[in-house]
Amino acid sequence: MNTVNITSTLAEAQRIRQDLKTKYDADVGKCYQCGKCSAGCPVAFAMDTPPHKVIQLAKLGLYDEMMECHSTWLCATCHTCSARCPREVHPSRIMEGLRIEARNQGSVKVRPLDIFHTKFMKLVGKRGRVYEMALMLGYNLSVGRPLKDAGFAPKMILNKKLSLFPHTTSKARKEVRKIHERYNRMSNTPHPDQTSGGDTP
Amino acid sequence: MKYAYYPGCSLSGTGLEYNISTQAVAPLLGIELCELPDWSCCGASSAHLQDHTLALALPARNAALGEEQGLSLAIPCAACLSRSKAAEHAVKTSEDMRAQIESLIDRPYQATYPVKSILEIFIDAGLDTLKENIIKPLTGLKVASYYGCLQARPTDFMDVDDPENPQTIDTIVAALGAEPVSWSHKTECCGNSHPIAYPEVGGPLVNRILEQAEKSGADCIVCACPMCLGNLDMRQKALGKKRGRPFNLPVFYFTQLMGLALNLRPKKLGLKKHFISPIPLLSKKDLLKRIKIKKVKNKPADTPVPASESTETPTPNPDNKKGGPA
Ligand code: SF4
Ligand code: SF4
Repeated sequence: MNTVNITSTLAEAQRIRQDLKTKYDADVGKCYQCGKCSAGCPVAFAMDTPPHKVIQLAKLGLYDEMMECHSTWLCATCHTCSARCPREVHPSRIMEGLRIEARNQGSVKVRPLDIFHTKFMKLVGKRGRVYEMALMLGYNLSVGRPLKDAGFAPKMILNKKLSLFPHTTSKARKEVRKIHERYNRMSNTPHPDQTSGGDTP
Repeated sequence: MKYAYYPGCSLSGTGLEYNISTQAVAPLLGIELCELPDWSCCGASSAHLQDHTLALALPARNAALGEEQGLSLAIPCAACLSRSKAAEHAVKTSEDMRAQIESLIDRPYQATYPVKSILEIFIDAGLDTLKENIIKPLTGLKVASYYGCLQARPTDFMDVDDPENPQTIDTIVAALGAEPVSWSHKTECCGNSHPIAYPEVGGPLVNRILEQAEKSGADCIVCACPMCLGNLDMRQKALGKKRGRPFNLPVFYFTQLMGLALNLRPKKLGLKKHFISPIPLLSKKDLLKRIKIKKVKNKPADTPVPASESTETPTPNPDNKKGGPA
């Protein structure tokens, strides 16, 4: 068991708890640890810390532990936990908020998942719409499995389900780029992936 | 009723058959879908994992475009629907968030016109209207209705009849003359993008759903989301191989089943675009052939019409010249 420096993590933990309240209307303080969220979580089998324990970490203010856990990354955002929680704690929103916090701190715990979503957002920022061929190619190259799912491609192209050309309109593209620009100015912390351009084909 | 149709990115690619079947069925039920000009991506399941506010602004732009036209958005994809409803909910419940969103999208957005799922729109059009237009009831087809997560949750803004056991798709299935089965995994998660991005975790989730659908005795699965269909259809062959016994559960969009019952050509419904082909099942159940309908004043006695009231129904399909499957 690691030793925990409570004083140093408390301030961070309080900030994130406040953030969860304002942004997500989610209050970890209401949790009474019944475990119902974990019981119904479809991904709990693969998690290092089941959802109710993640909530408890947030309750106790154990910031580093929250940032280190893989569970927030594996959460599939199915919202089963939130639908069933008897205390309206909204665990799914807390998982999401903690994952974003970890990402902003550079603590990416499940790389392929982060790459996938980052590629996706890069395409949105660049074209205004997502073009699945570019998404899959970009993702496969980044995770070093260029032929992953490639067996599906011929049939999909034949069925016109995987277009070889991007589809978008110039107005959609321009306006979405503008949204990203304003967002970057507003948040003052541009993610590297939210600048237009990038290495996506 | 007129709507601004928001197809979303998937429906031009992997969800193509959802797009074409929706557009083929809607006019037959008196629903007018005009594609929203210059729509953009809603951020799907990715944006909200990177930033809360940006993830609300992206779908809000589309709803604001609809609002400018005085129209509600009609959305087939469950993920697009969920993100759009999240934006609508945020704007309605927080002045502060509304101001942030409006300044990001540089447009006013008051959420005056509720965003709607195509499923809700078809139900609102009335099951009676649907039943009146049915030419070929889907008799003998056992269907497992799969809602997945996003038609049922989050419960604070998805007005669903019952989040644990929803009935909307089932009522449509029953209205079409098919038999909805009762089963346990209607609203279990198919893994979202995990089956693509992290198959070690996504695979078992899809597997559980397929096994439960199989156990329920269903011939097929029907859903209302291109991501769910992609996961359940594309991964089926590999998962069958892995367990040593193939699955054979064609997965439909509910609009495809509607189109079949409304006597549309299989080609108009994209029935040949699936990885697990539904064609053998549909031929076995004798549901593939189109019913030829002659004008009533000719010899009605010769017309092979399955349901008595259908005799009076003029064919709703403009290209009903050839008959037979395409
Ligand atoms: S279901 Fe709600 S109250 Fe129960 S442990 Fe989970 S978050 Fe806490
Ligand atoms: S939202 Fe995440 S934590 Fe909650 S049940 Fe679903 S996968 Fe588990």
